[in-house]
Amino acid sequence: MRKGTLRQILLITDGCSNHGEDPIAMAALAKEQGITVNVIGVLDQDTIDESGLREIEGIALSGGGISQVVYAKQLSQTVQMVTRKAMTQTLQGVVNKELKQILGPDVSLEDLPPEKRGEVMEVVDELGETVELEVLILIDTSGSMKTKLPTVKEALLDLSLSLNARIGDNRFAVFVFPGKRGNVEKIVDWTPKMEELSTVFPKLTSGGLTPTGPALREALTYFERKRSLRSLIRDDESYFEGSM
Amino acid sequence: MMNHTLKGLCNLRAGTVVTGKWHHQSYKLLKPLGHGANGVVYLAESMKGIVALKLSDNSEAVTSEVNVLRRFSKVQGVALGPSLLDVDDWVTPLMKKHIPFYVMEYIKGEDFSTFIRKRGKEWIVILLLQLLSALDKLHQEGWVFGDLKPENLLVAGPPPTVRLLDVGGTTLQGRAIKEFTELYDRGYWGLGSRKAEPSYDLFAVAMIMIQSCCPIKLERKGDGRHQLISIIQADGMLRKYQAVLMKAIDGKYKRASEMKQDLLATIHRSAHSHSKQRASKKTTQKSQRSKKRKRGKAKSVVETALIIAVLLCAYAIYVYHQILP
Ligand SMILES: Nc1ncnc2c1ncn2[C@@H]1O[C@H](COP(=O)(O)OP(=O)(O)OP(=O)(O)O)[C@@H](O)[C@H]1O
Ligand SMILES: [Mg+2]
Repeated sequence: MRKGTLRQILLITDGCSNHGEDPIAMAALAKEQGITVNVIGVLDQDTIDESGLREIEGIALSGGGISQVVYAKQLSQTVQMVTRKAMTQTLQGVVNKELKQILGPDVSLEDLPPEKRGEVMEVVDELGETVELEVLILIDTSGSMKTKLPTVKEALLDLSLSLNARIGDNRFAVFVFPGKRGNVEKIVDWTPKMEELSTVFPKLTSGGLTPTGPALREALTYFERKRSLRSLIRDDESYFEGSM
Repeated sequence: MMNHTLKGLCNLRAGTVVTGKWHHQSYKLLKPLGHGANGVVYLAESMKGIVALKLSDNSEAVTSEVNVLRRFSKVQGVALGPSLLDVDDWVTPLMKKHIPFYVMEYIKGEDFSTFIRKRGKEWIVILLLQLLSALDKLHQEGWVFGDLKPENLLVAGPPPTVRLLDVGGTTLQGRAIKEFTELYDRGYWGLGSRKAEPSYDLFAVAMIMIQSCCPIKLERKGDGRHQLISIIQADGMLRKYQAVLMKAIDGKYKRASEMKQDLLATIHRSAHSHSKQRASKKTTQKSQRSKKRKRGKAKSVVETALIIAVLLCAYAIYVYHQILP
């Protein structure tokens, strides 16, 4: 039985976009293509301003993902937690859809007695462990992020450590914005291991504009078209029927 | 960072009654026992007596923890975690949504670090031996505890017995560890993967020992292994167990029972060398003393005579006074 692929964008930023399309709209576009958008807001000592916070929450909300604002120090734990949580959430959604087909449209997980919920959760756990995962990491390298980049690098290496402990395969790609020439620049192409990151990161220069929206839009084009979330549902039908 | 619902759950007043939607059991909250990343645990009163009740805003987390606890209650005879009593949803007007909760055995005890602080460091190894026995059973059942740290260990008793709490990180072997804490995680120290294997837990046991012996604020700086070695060598107690600790840190133990055997062997060896040392010290002391005794024999005879004379005098005076008031 072939499993589908979960696709996520992980956006790491420290504030507001100031150039191009509305990133919240671009996140909604991603969601329509079956790609989840998670956002991590990185703070220094300073606090983030209200509009920056609203944007971070808005992107995750319309991107069907999770957002979290943290101090740079906690970044490693947060990055891996957000990614895992979002995976579970997406898979839960997929499984819930399946449930509705079996039990009727008005039944959600909460409507099941706690005993039955356990079985569903085991299926979700199993899927989360074995599903293929593609994470496109999109890093804001505008001026204010400069001091935080070493911590971002650590957190990403840590993320690959966590995800590579799973049974399922992973593929990572790393993009930064603004890019040298355009809105966004690829620094690591799809790879199962993130070690290459160590060599690329020191060379990064940080620019002035923060084109979060355009960066998201362009990032979407780097996912392979043929595998979609719908294929995940279809592929797992056989799996589901077999295990219930 | 806590969200809104969780914060609300942490501040429930004593006397609040939590009633389950499915099984209709009621629990009166007495006081909070503690809270963490995905829930808050209260001491509560019920028909079944005093219990611990965990409320959470995260239905998935509750469900997975319950799954684990349920498996554990099937393992007869060994208390791997608190036993599970009830699982339900609380429908409360306060939160405007269903709050999933579960009820478990209340384990009365002190947390690991407090116990050590009060009762002394000699307890560290003893409690860790107990912990290793429990872990060995858990591993044989095909699980790895995952989030092993002093905060998740309670010392119940008497007699002092270590108990595992918080099964949120407990993972089937071969999968990726579900939840961990950096300091006790071999991945953080650059010393291994986050795959659920017995050796993952045994690394954490070594870290618990290090952290209990020298409770300083630890943080990785550069080469993790190097840093840990220098901490071990700087502490008298840790140095004694260096070989065992390094084997655990390097992931060389396949089973908890192996580490337990090595710990025991180290204790015996050091006790043996201790008693040997003491024995040799005693003989030299004895010979010195006997020499001294020989030299002072004459002197001591005079001393004894003198003391007896003084005592006799005192007695005579006493008797004299008794007769002639
Ligand atoms: N069965 C129990 N008996 C007594 N005390 C308990 C029990 N369960 C939990 N506690 C107390 O409540 C605290 C928090 O519980 P727990 O660790 O399960 O929460 P958590 O949300 O999973 O936290 P974490 O952040 O560690 O994952 C524990 O540290 C312990 O002090
Ligand atoms: Mg805990």
